[in-house]
Amino acid sequence: MKPFAYVRATSVAEAARLLGAGSAAMAGGTDLLGLMKGGIAAPARVVDLTGIDGLRGWSRERGAGLRIGALTPLVDLETSDQLARHLPIVRAALADTATLQLRNAGTVGGNLLQRNRCWYFRDEAIPCWLKGGTRCFASEGENEHHAVIGTARGCNRVAPSDLAPALIAHDARVTLVGARGTRSIALADLYTDPALHSRDEHTIKRGEILTEVHVPEAGLQRRGTYLKAMERKTWSFAVVSVAAAARVRDGKLRNPRIVLGGVAPVPWRVEAAEAEIDGHPFSDELARRAADALLADAAPLAKNGYKVPLAKELVRRALAAIAAA
Amino acid sequence: MPTVRPLGPGAVDVEVDVNGMRAPLHVPPHRTLLDALRDDLGLQGAKKVCDEGTCGACTVLVDGRPVYACMTLAVTCAGRSVETVEGLARDGELHPVQEAFVAHDAFQCGFCTPGQIMSVVALLRANATPTADDVMRAVSGNLCRCGAYPNIVEAALAAARKATK
Repeated sequence: MKPFAYVRATSVAEAARLLGAGSAAMAGGTDLLGLMKGGIAAPARVVDLTGIDGLRGWSRERGAGLRIGALTPLVDLETSDQLARHLPIVRAALADTATLQLRNAGTVGGNLLQRNRCWYFRDEAIPCWLKGGTRCFASEGENEHHAVIGTARGCNRVAPSDLAPALIAHDARVTLVGARGTRSIALADLYTDPALHSRDEHTIKRGEILTEVHVPEAGLQRRGTYLKAMERKTWSFAVVSVAAAARVRDGKLRNPRIVLGGVAPVPWRVEAAEAEIDGHPFSDELARRAADALLADAAPLAKNGYKVPLAKELVRRALAAIAAA
Repeated sequence: MPTVRPLGPGAVDVEVDVNGMRAPLHVPPHRTLLDALRDDLGLQGAKKVCDEGTCGACTVLVDGRPVYACMTLAVTCAGRSVETVEGLARDGELHPVQEAFVAHDAFQCGFCTPGQIMSVVALLRANATPTADDVMRAVSGNLCRCGAYPNIVEAALAAARKATK
């Protein structure tokens, strides 16, 4: 780790002001320290956000959805029985997220903004496209953990967060506060498709701070579930994960959302796949059709073709679980 | 607007509560809590193994919660309470969890043991009557390459039983 100056901000406005060029924002630090130790990040200044009041905890307001402060430790969401009643998918997604030690330190905002786990990206000696180089070393290298969708593009990383697909399935939005004002965007729009030729993984701008997640009322009315395939039973990033949510009535899934993690550079959603099941009497056949549509653009690399049938089966199981619940 | 002054990059003064005692540190902001404990305070119970938050050998409690000391900056612990395995024994008597680890042969090489014990101590404070599943979940962030897991679970359950008897 290279030396840096450290400053603990006490307000969002102050943090925004302190986050100039060469600065990095830090909450739990579990991702940033890994990047700094690995030589991938070398900020001259680290701005600690944990001294900012008012960004911890969650609240439910009747008719106004659910708000989660960005500095809330993951463990606080995981262990809240009350939250599990309003939005059970959060506990399901966090149950297999990292380890207790990391969930104690890690925060909601940090989880949504964590950098990807590609081993070429994480190796400081490898000048991959995402770090300003000219090519993706995974495209013809050790790519068993990489993307199966969007693989013709510049970067074959996969979206690593468990929380992101889960919250996107409930139409979550995030609030970004910067020196020039506040904006609210769909959480799905926080993630940058490399097809846009951006070497930023996230659309948050320099000096902006993610302060809050908002799940609107309509999102809360969906029943959701999260399934995650890992290489071992614990403490592992998703090989493939699926978040699915829908309003369920009379054996029909309405206004469904299906979001995949671990298969594309961004949490992966295809509206045509959701249209396959929306409002129709649910059946296994219908779930399979939705899964096929969701993976229609899959073009696996040499070593990760296994992800396609794995993702399809997880989608089938997740939809069946919602329909049966 | 008053401006907060950045600290460092050179050494700065930080006061941490370590095992119930004031521990003044003079460390640069990029020093991890693990290095500060081991090199500045001479507390070498927390082990430096992976140094990247994947093995759990450095597990300590910060404000009562188990975290990886290698993924925590010492400077962020100012004014907070840090508990390490060295703080568990009282008046020459091992902590009940430590005793249970000995009684149930819950370690072989012992390298992961301080971290395992801190994870179990935190579990038992939050849950006096854990199931085997609760214990396995609590120590799933602590790798044991000797494979002492069954005895670690036994030790934790025995310590819990003894405490609630």
